[in-house]
This record gives sequence, C-alpha cells and structure tokens, in this order.
Amino acid sequence: MTFYKNHKEKLELLQSGKLNLVDNVNHFLKNIEDQKDLNAFNFVFEEETIKSAKAVEQKIKNNTAGKLAGMVIAIKDVLAYKDHPLTCSSNILKNFTSLYTATAVQKLIDEDAIIIGKTNCDEFAMGSSNENSAFGNVLNPVNKTRVPGGSSGGSAVSVAANLCDVSLGTDTGGSIRQPAAFCGVYGLKPTYGRVSRYGLTAFASSFDTIGPFAKSVEDAALVMEVISGKDENDSTSVKKEIPNYLSSLSKSKKFKIGIPKEYFAEGLDEEIRDAILDIVDELKLEGYEVKDVSLPMTEYTIATYYILTTAEASSNLARFDGARYGFRAADYKNLNEMYLNSRTQGFGKEVKRRIMLGTYVLSSGYYDAYYRKAQKVRRLIKEDFDKVFSEVDLLITPTTPTVAFKIGEKSDDPLQMYLSDIYTTSANLAGIPGISIPIGKNSENLPIGLQILSPQFEEEKIFLLSIHIQNEITK
Amino acid sequence: MAVTKDEVEKIAKLAKLKFSDKELEDFTPQINEILGYMEKLNELDTEKVEPLSHPVEQKNVFREDKLKSSITTEEALKNAPSKDEHHFKVPKVIGDK
Repeated sequence: MTFYKNHKEKLELLQSGKLNLVDNVNHFLKNIEDQKDLNAFNFVFEEETIKSAKAVEQKIKNNTAGKLAGMVIAIKDVLAYKDHPLTCSSNILKNFTSLYTATAVQKLIDEDAIIIGKTNCDEFAMGSSNENSAFGNVLNPVNKTRVPGGSSGGSAVSVAANLCDVSLGTDTGGSIRQPAAFCGVYGLKPTYGRVSRYGLTAFASSFDTIGPFAKSVEDAALVMEVISGKDENDSTSVKKEIPNYLSSLSKSKKFKIGIPKEYFAEGLDEEIRDAILDIVDELKLEGYEVKDVSLPMTEYTIATYYILTTAEASSNLARFDGARYGFRAADYKNLNEMYLNSRTQGFGKEVKRRIMLGTYVLSSGYYDAYYRKAQKVRRLIKEDFDKVFSEVDLLITPTTPTVAFKIGEKSDDPLQMYLSDIYTTSANLAGIPGISIPIGKNSENLPIGLQILSPQFEEEKIFLLSIHIQNEITK
Repeated sequence: MAVTKDEVEKIAKLAKLKFSDKELEDFTPQINEILGYMEKLNELDTEKVEPLSHPVEQKNVFREDKLKSSITTEEALKNAPSKDEHHFKVPKVIGDK
C-alpha cells in the first residue's frame, strides 16, 4: 500500500493516479478482517464503502470532489447515521436503526469522506476502558493484554491499528483524549458547542462533545474545520467564526505555556512525568516562555464530574422504556413491569450504576447537597481556568496518570476507574478544548500522551503547538 | 451519611430498575464509597457562588417559528417493539393498579 502521512498527501496520490481509492478501502477492509480480534468495530459497511470509493474516485477525476475526498472514516456507535444501526454498544438499542444522520457525520459525507463503519465503545459512552460494551471488550493494538481506554476505545483502535484514516469519537470526561493517549494517536476534544451534538446520543448533555482521532495533527485540524459550526438543530452549538485550522498550521507563534502543578502531583507515573517534562524543557530551549501555575480546584473535579454527569445521564436515559423503540422484555404483566424489566435486562452494569447514582443525587432531600453543590463547584472550576488563562496561552499536562492498564485490572472497582479520569474531566467541566498527542513510549513499550488545553474556542492555538511538537520534537 | 440497602432499593424503584439481593449487596457499598468520595465537595464554601449549568453560557437562543415536517408515522414506528399500523402498543394502562 502506498504510504501517505496525511490527507493532503493521500489526495495528491489519488489525483495523480498513484493511489487507487478502491484498492485503498479494500486494504482497510482487509485490515479490519485480519485484526478482528481487536473488536474495534460494531458494524462494517463493506459494500457501501466500496461503492462510495468508486463514486468519489470519479468525482476526483472530474475535479468536483470535496475537502475530505477519499478520507476513510469510522464513527463511534453513539452517532446517528440514517438507515444504519445505532446501538451505543447497549443491548437496549441492539436492533435500532437511525432515522436521520448526525450533523457532524453529514458534514463529513458532504465533503466526500467515506464512512467505513461504526466503532465499539463503552455502553452509552460510560467507561474508561471499553470493558462495558454489549459487543465485548476492545483490545489495545499496541499490547493486547491492555485496555484501549474508553469510552471511544474502538475509535482510537481503528486509527491506531490502521483500520481507517480517521475516526470520530465523543468526549464527555476524557473519552477521546484518554484512549488516544493509551493507543498512541492524536485525539481532540473541541470546545463545548463548537461541534453540533445533533444526532449524538445524549449521555451528559452539558458535557458531551464530538471530535476526531487521527494519525497527524493536520488530519485532526482538517476534520475539525469540516465538522465545526452552528447548527439550528442544536441550540447549544455556538455561532462563531471557524478558523481554517489546516492552513493556519503554517503560522508560527511562541505561546506562553503554563504547567499546572496539581497535574504533576502524587499519583502520576514517573515515566510519564519525565516524558512530559522533557518536552517542556525542549520548548523552553526553543524560547517558549514556561510558567508554573496552579489550578487549586483540581482535587474537586472528579467528585463534581460524577455528580453532574450521572444526574444528567439518569435523566437522559429515562427515555429508554421499551415503549417506542429499543429492547422490550418478553415477560411483563403490566406497564410498570414492562418498564422495569426492559430497563433491567437492557442496560449493563455500569450504566445502571450511574443511573442509580444520578437518581440519588437528584432525589428529593439530596438535590441541594449534591447536585446544586456540584453545579456551584463547577463554576469555581471554570473560574480556576479563566484565571490561569489570563496568565498563559496554553496549558501542558499529562493526559492520564498511568499508561494503558491491564484488562480487568480496575473493572471491579468503580471509584478507582473514575479516579483515572483525573486530568481529563476538568476540560469538560469548564467547556474548554484539549488534545492528546502521542509523545513516545515508556519502558514497557506503551504509549504516553501529552495533553494541551486552551481557553474556549482557541483550538487553533492547540493545533499550532501540537504541530510544532509533532514536526520538531517527537518527529 | 451511609446509604442502606433499603434506600438503594427505593432509588432503584425511582429509576425503574430491579436488582437481585446479591446485586444489592455488591452495589450498596460501592454506592456508599462513591457518595463518600463526593462528600469532599463539602470542604468548599459555595454560599455566594452561582450554580453553573452550562460551560458556555448563552442566552435566548431563538429560531424562527416556522412550521416544518419532521418524521412520518411510518418512520416513528420503524423501531417500535410492538405496534399496529398507526400506534405504539403497550400493556393496558387504565385501571391498572
């Protein structure tokens, strides 16, 4: 297979006839088949992919092709794609077919991307290891005894194992950045409201975002340029100019970088710490101004995050009742039993745990103590970031406190699993964007991710520093 | 503030979920452990802080009040577990105790 580093190179190869798009998609389809044990996909659209490849090939010849012509993309199975299954990796939606297409997915298709299939994930995007899926665990291609991270585990793996060019995932508390770090690829969580959530199955509506996994900063930037923007079908999407992320990558700017001390405290793996600080030292040598900063609310982020997201989830998942769509239990004597049995048999363990927690924190007598309290702390967390970003342009942190852990290692201890999201949930609480970029491997040959955070709607700065690290430091 | 097995059962009822005794025994300490961790927020004085419900605060997002079609009855019924030509079918509701 002809080698290309990013979509720009691929498109040039396609245009010059050096690469045949049908061969290219067949190559990906073969990789998917050969690496079936990774369990990255819930559904593969084989015939359609080949058909689309032929159509796009023709468009390229006629010079009528869009920006993403021939880019082969996998989408997380929480995103709607008309007339295709949408399961959220849950038994409760096992036979569900989408009636419409998510805005983000439609925008990819409108630019002539090819949707190759839907990727496995934690059920309703709830999990940090992809061990909560009705379709089974996803394996980390770097080391198959390790988890790929979650919840967008299949999306990260599909890119890391070369089963497609790019994928879409969703990030509610780290579900793009953490699996990107664990699998050694780029993963961007945009600002809340930058990308329309229309057609994304709601988990925690004030946290959910859609973003790309890619093998290069260029491709992540290009996909963001396409999927961003105000959408009348999502009132929380924001009307703001969308920069040309890809072409602005050629700019050069020495940003002022903050290192939040709370993200390098106890609990961080030493090898990760050293790897991140090596990059920071490199940047200092190049003349970047680096400043130690503090985000004192960091220790409250996990508690705040799990109160608010479980509350939103318990409310969002109330719609799954076995009446209008989705799974209905076979055994029931009345309406109430139909609800009870359908939900009890349809949802998996972690989803039930979160519905229970959310119901509890919203219940009469506890609402103020938990839910309202957490909403107030959320503001304090956001103000923490506002303050820090008045001093620096960007923050550099580790993406995760450890490298990919072993399958089964944390699956019986939900609190330990929740605590592993320590460096990622803050961005969702504050609504700011963040990227995880691969910066190398540890002594066990497992990938290490570096996270860059910016103020809301300043993805451009994130991309600029990322491409500098990609091209000049990690190479 | 430990949550008892009975309270967990009560929450389950509100959430329309059922758990076996064995599941309740696993679940109750887990929920307690997580809720205990959440108590951490009480260390903070938030008396004068306004709650934040959305990270990007927007006001009055309106659209034009124009009539437009959404999905057809046929489409709406496409994923129904039980239906007739025009309706979702559920067990009898009225008179059910």
